[in-house]
Formats: sequence, structure tokens, C-alpha cells
Amino acid sequence: MNVPFREVTASSRLAIVDCDIHPAFRTPKDLLPFLPERWRDHMATFGEHLRHGLSGQLPYPRMTAAGMRGDAFPEEGPPGSDLALMRSQHLDANGVEFGMLMPLSRSGLEERNLDYAAAVSHAVNDWQLETWIKPEPRLRAGIVVPQEDAAFAVKEIERRADNPAFVQILISPRSSDPLGHRRYWPIYAAAERANRPIALHVQGYSGGHASTASGWPTYYLQEHYAMTGNLQGTVTSMVFEGVFERFPELRVVLVEGGFAWAPALCWRMDKHWERLRKETPRAKRRPSEYVREHFWFTTQPIEEPDDPQHLADIIEWVGWERLMFSTDYPHWDFDDPQHVFKFKVADENKALVFRDNAKALYGLQ
Amino acid sequence: MSRQVVARAGDIAPGTCKIVSVRGREIGIFNLDGEYFALANRCPHAGGPLCRGRIGPLVLSDGPGRYHLTREQKFLRCPWHGWEYDIRSGQSWCDPKSVRARQFQVTVETGASLVKGPYVAETFPVLVEEDYLVVEVTASAAS
Amino acid sequence: MKLTFRGAIDCDLHPAMPGAPALLPYLDEYWRNQIVDRHIDKYSFVLTSYPPNSPLSARPDWRFPTGAPGGDLDMIRRQALDPFGTRFAICNTLHGAVALFNEDMAAALCRAVNDWVAKELLDREPRLRASIVVPLHNPEAAVAEIERVAADRRFVQVLFFVMGEILLGRRIFWPIYAAAEKLELAIGIHAGGTYHHAPTAAGWPSHRVEDYVAQSAAFEGQVLSLLSEGVFQKFSRLKIVLIESGLTWLPHLMWRANKTWRGVRPEVPWIDRPPADVIREHVRVTLQPVDVPAGEAQILARTLEHIGSDRMLLFSTDYPHWHFDGEDVLPDGLSQETIRLLAIDNALDTFPRLREGAQMSDNAAGHEESVR
Repeated sequence: MNVPFREVTASSRLAIVDCDIHPAFRTPKDLLPFLPERWRDHMATFGEHLRHGLSGQLPYPRMTAAGMRGDAFPEEGPPGSDLALMRSQHLDANGVEFGMLMPLSRSGLEERNLDYAAAVSHAVNDWQLETWIKPEPRLRAGIVVPQEDAAFAVKEIERRADNPAFVQILISPRSSDPLGHRRYWPIYAAAERANRPIALHVQGYSGGHASTASGWPTYYLQEHYAMTGNLQGTVTSMVFEGVFERFPELRVVLVEGGFAWAPALCWRMDKHWERLRKETPRAKRRPSEYVREHFWFTTQPIEEPDDPQHLADIIEWVGWERLMFSTDYPHWDFDDPQHVFKFKVADENKALVFRDNAKALYGLQ
Repeated sequence: MSRQVVARAGDIAPGTCKIVSVRGREIGIFNLDGEYFALANRCPHAGGPLCRGRIGPLVLSDGPGRYHLTREQKFLRCPWHGWEYDIRSGQSWCDPKSVRARQFQVTVETGASLVKGPYVAETFPVLVEEDYLVVEVTASAAS
Repeated sequence: MKLTFRGAIDCDLHPAMPGAPALLPYLDEYWRNQIVDRHIDKYSFVLTSYPPNSPLSARPDWRFPTGAPGGDLDMIRRQALDPFGTRFAICNTLHGAVALFNEDMAAALCRAVNDWVAKELLDREPRLRASIVVPLHNPEAAVAEIERVAADRRFVQVLFFVMGEILLGRRIFWPIYAAAEKLELAIGIHAGGTYHHAPTAAGWPSHRVEDYVAQSAAFEGQVLSLLSEGVFQKFSRLKIVLIESGLTWLPHLMWRANKTWRGVRPEVPWIDRPPADVIREHVRVTLQPVDVPAGEAQILARTLEHIGSDRMLLFSTDYPHWHFDGEDVLPDGLSQETIRLLAIDNALDTFPRLREGAQMSDNAAGHEESVR
């Protein structure tokens, strides 16, 4: 299994688009300048209000270095908080031409107090612009909106739509209802009007439900995996509720949830839709057709079957045009662009995955 | 085969690692209880800087809910994906059959027999009595 | 494609459930009174998972004239056993008693169901075998019921639903696995559930088809739970049978379990070899529904290659649920050797008690048999 690595020189390195980079606060205080005083007070006094037992801490502790790459810690602040290190260690080192920011924690997506959620997400959007976009032209932001407050989400999307630095809309797939549910539809309408894809990045904090249909896992080994199930349920919901009939221009990016489950899910949906389609008249076409037209998948964490050729089979079924390379910098299960594919990939497919699919989807020049 | 001086024996405290550059490649030199081992600073799994990982015992178990640490602190966890390697042999633990970190021979040689290399000349005086750490690297070391 | 030889073992058959009145003779006086006085006998304990009129719940030609899903003994013989040349069929009784919150009532009804199955089905049709149904509210009580019913060797498995209240790998259930291992019973995990949790991590889908599709993610979670908790280390002879689960989701689970395990191994150090290997050894999957596009033999072949084992598949009709038409129970493209394994050998390996039955009926009929 020691696959020989090819040394890739700087000149032969493909410029890549990284569709999943996590910027972090040096300290939570970094958000304060972007919050109105009333919410600065609230943050100091009450803080975030989530659906878990521990405050400021994940109930499934991560493994290595709090879930971070051990070599990504800057002098001050957590991994992902130092632009200089991000540049030298990742953007420059890996030839990143464009990087999509995914500000995950403390962004309001899972906040139970919807007024606070609105304030925080708005502040995080400002923070992205000021702290990351302004100084670093390679980065692009996502409009973070709390999906449980569709009315606010629509307003925030409309506020940001004119700024090309925001290339997509970020909501949580660990929502309180499956995302195909019609109460989220105003967000999809706004996404269509703003001509931005929706990005669903897997989440560590719950929207109110156990991470499996049979309750809560015990180990991080399981919890990590449950995120793929979450995305499967989300895709199923959006398809069967007829979201793509109502919003034919809507595009959805599934981030950090893998993709090797997608063919099996499509076959399963197709098979049972055949039998039961009277129940879901809004899903007029085969489910797999909607997936092929409306969903994109970021590659990390990429699967590692014992026979790398098996992954090639999966990608053949998913389609090279559906995949977009991502590293998840600075998290532990980072995929290095040099080593991510352990089978021979045709140059034209490399170009698609590492660059062209993302450039087309996000309209990057 | 080429041999390059990379450090003095006293440079590397027991239970620690020093990363050096040999023929343009990064190599981690480990001191395990006075014995020296060298590993390529590249995890064979996905290219991470293996030698920057934590050195420690291996966690074993004889059954669910039971946790036992080996006495020997000779295992390395890659700072990226957490793969575990036996520093002495380069063998990855979880899947012993299939993955092995690239190893190099390390010998401790006395000062008088040294070939003076750039490292010593530039940063350390040549001390005849001192013990030097010398790394042997095969000339065709393509990873 | 049809089976071309006789002797298959059907690992998933659903007899029509007895209504509450039919169970009364099998209840003690207190429970008889409760059921009657509280008008509980008006209800049939039908699971939400299988609404009777849904196309999924029964093929049109596998229904009673009233329209209810078929499965009385006569229909089982005519429709499920004879046409497939079935040698043994395992009855998985999907009785909703386990969805009750009252653990005593649930336990009493399950006892009655087990006794009803033995008397009304197993006694009257020698080809039938069965799963023991127990509620999971109280593992100790479940063990007692398993031990009681397992004295009847025609019970070959303990049956749970995939969407329960607590993940099945959890240590509180281990007395059940100890009993099952000792008594040579498989653990069967069947699609459907008690809905004590939402079917997905994002809550409650609007439609039944979504719930049904979501079963596969639930199976993934259960397999991973059993694996992560070390159930297969602790109970090395235990076999888990995933029933009505589909199979195309297996490769992704195996690959991802291997990948993540390599990075988080110190969290679960009792797992001493790649999870995919453990899964291949301990987990089995029934055939129906074959969640591969019809006629795509290549996809099935490659999926089986990805799964990396021809010992995991178990033949099933899932009668009377509607997954295939006529007698085309097998998907296209399986080799004769694979068919042989999945139709007979894998089941004999998975259900040790079937081997006794095989021996008995062979001695009676003088057939040659294949025992692995």
C-alpha cells in the first residue's frame, strides 16, 4: 500500500481551487467589533445557546489536537486564525488560486436564540470581508445565514448579493427539519435571485435531533461518520419535496461529507420512487436526475479503499464534473492535493476536479 | 550511498526528535533511550510531516472499555491524520501489513573519522572527542 | 432472474400479523383483561413503517381479497414457499408491540406473539423457522424471553428494528448478545422502527418514501455502533443479519470505517484489525430489496467486488413486500457460484440452528445437502 509519490515541481503544479478552508477567530473577542453593543453584552453575559450539554466544547472530543493538523498551530490563536501561516503553509505551498471560506464555529447556524443568531451571522459575514477577503485576494466568502430564520436569511442574502466576494450561501444541513421542507424555500428563492449556490457543510452541533435514527453515538469514530448520513437525508428531502422543480436554477454544494455514498443513495431513491411516486408528485423526475443536475460534492475527506481503482469506479458513477477539490485546511483529515488520488487520473479530469468545476460553479475569473 | 552528519549526539534529548535536511529531503532523527532512529519526514499515507507528530506509547486493549499503554514510548502519531508508527521499524501500527514509513540507517560515529560536511562546518566546531550523528542515505532515494 | 434450483433458504418472510384477539389465548388473565377492557383489541399493532395499503407493504398479487398484505399460512405456502422451491424460510414478525412505551405490556405481547408463531406457523409448516421478538426497554427481561423461546430450536434469530431508541452496540445490550451467542442465535436487524427518534439527523421527513430511503443510513449507524463498541471482539461468534437493508451502501461504510479508524484508533483500541474485515466476518445482508438499477449487472458486479466478500449475502423474498415481480427474485448478472452461496451456504453458516434442521429433514428425506 506504500504508493510511490511523484514529486511535483512548482512549475508543473496545477493551480487549484480549494473549496473548503476554515478561517478561525484568534479569540472570540475578534467578533466584538462587528457586533452591535446590545449583542456584545449578550455574548459576554449569555453566550451561545446550543442543543448540547457542554458549553463551548464539543461533546464528542476530537482526536489529534482538537481536530486540527498538529502542524497548523500559529504562534498565537488556533489553527486557521493566522493569515500569514495559512498563506505560507497552504495557499502558497499548494498553489491555491482561489479558496472558499467556511467559517464554521460561532457563526449562528445552530444558535437557538434566533435574534442572536441573526446578529452573529451578520457579524461573521462582515468579519470575513474585513479580516480575510480584504487582505487576501485569493479567498472568497460565504453568506452565513441561520436557516431556521428564513425571513432574516432572505434579508441577509439580499444585503450581500451585490458583493462578488460572497460566492455562496452557507446554511447547516443539521437543521431542525430536513432541508427540503417548504419553510426553508424562501432561502432557496433568495439564492436563485442572487445567483449563488447553497453550501451545506457538515456540522458538529445538532439542530435538535440525535445524529442517528437510533440515537446518539458513543465514539467520535461514529459521530464523524454520521455526518454522511445527515447529508444523505438532506439530499433525499430536497429531491422528494420537489425543491428542484420549484427552483430549477438552484445549485447545492455538499461540503466535507464525502461523495462515495451518492451513487448508492441515487439507486435507492430511484428504486423506491418507482414504487411510491404517487406520494411525492412534486418530484416529477427520477431522483438521480435531480442529483446529477443540482448537486456538487467537495472531495475531502476522500475515500481510501484498499484498491484505489474502486474509487475510480465510484467517481465514474458520480461524474468527474460533480466533484470539487477541497482540503479542509486546517483540520486533521486534511487532503493534500499532491496525494489525494492514489490512482491515475486523466489530465482533463484533474483539471475539472482541481479547478474548472469550481471556477464554473462559482463564476471565478 | 552517502553519509551525512546531521547533528551531535547530545543535540537530541531522549524522547525527542530533530528534523534535518539531507540531500534536500527532510528527515527526523529520534532519540529513544539513547538509541537513534531516522525517519523520512513524510507520512506514507498522505504526505504529512510525520516527524512533527507526538512521540509516545501505543494504546492497546484486551477488550472494550479497557485501555493499556505500552511501557515503551516509541510510537509516533502523524500530526495530520493520526496514523501511528513504530519509530524503530517505521511500521505503521494499525495496519501492520501494509504501511511502513521510510527509514534510514543512523549510526553514532566518533569525531575523528568524520567527513566534514556543510552542517558541521557552518554551525558547530569540530570536536574530536564528541560523538556525532551521521545519517546514511541511499543515492537513489526517490520517495 | 429466477432461481434455477430448489432448496433456497429465505431469510426474510413476513407472515400476516395476528390481530390482538388472536393473541388473547396466549396472554395471562391480567393482560387479557387489559387488552379487552381498554379496547386495545380493536387494534392490530401495525407499524408506521409499513402502512398496509402502501405498494411497498405488499405486491398486488400478494394481498388478501380485502387488500390487506397477505401472509396467512396458505398464502405463504402458495406464494412464498412453493414457487421458489424454498427449503426453509425465516419468519420475521413485524409486530408493533415493541413500539409501546409500557415495557410490561410490550413484553407480554411479544411473549404472546412468539408463542402464536410457534403454534400457528411453525407447528403447522415444517419449512418455517422464526425470529424471537423482544422489546428492548429492559435487556434483562429480553434475555429471559430469549432463553425461554430459544428452547424451541426452530427459533434461529433475535429480531430488532434498525431505528430504535438506543444504538444497538451499547453495552447495556450486551447481556442479549451473550445469550444469543451462547444459544447460537443470530441477531437480526430489520428495516423499520419505533420512531422514538426522528428518522434523520435533521429531523422528520414529510414522506414515507423518504423514511424508507433513510433506512440505509440507519443501518450504517447500527453496524458502526456494533463495530465501534467492540461487540464483535466481545462476542466473536456473533453474526448480525441486516434485513431489508439494501446492500449498495456497504462499500462506502467499509471504506470510511477503515479510513477513520486508522486516525482515531486510540479511541477504540479494542478494534485490532481493519473494520471492513470485521464487518465481512460478522455482518450479513438479505437480498431484497436489491438497490441496484434493474438490468445493470455491471453495477451489481462491481458493488460486490467493492464489498469484497461473497459470504455476506443471504437470499430473501421479503414476502409480501413488493420488490420484484413474478418469480424474478434474483438480480441479473450473478454467477452460479454466488447464487449457490447466497441461496443456501451463507444462510447455513449464519444460522447454526438451521444446520440442525437441515440434518433432521435430510435424514428424513434422504437428500444430499451442502453444509459449509
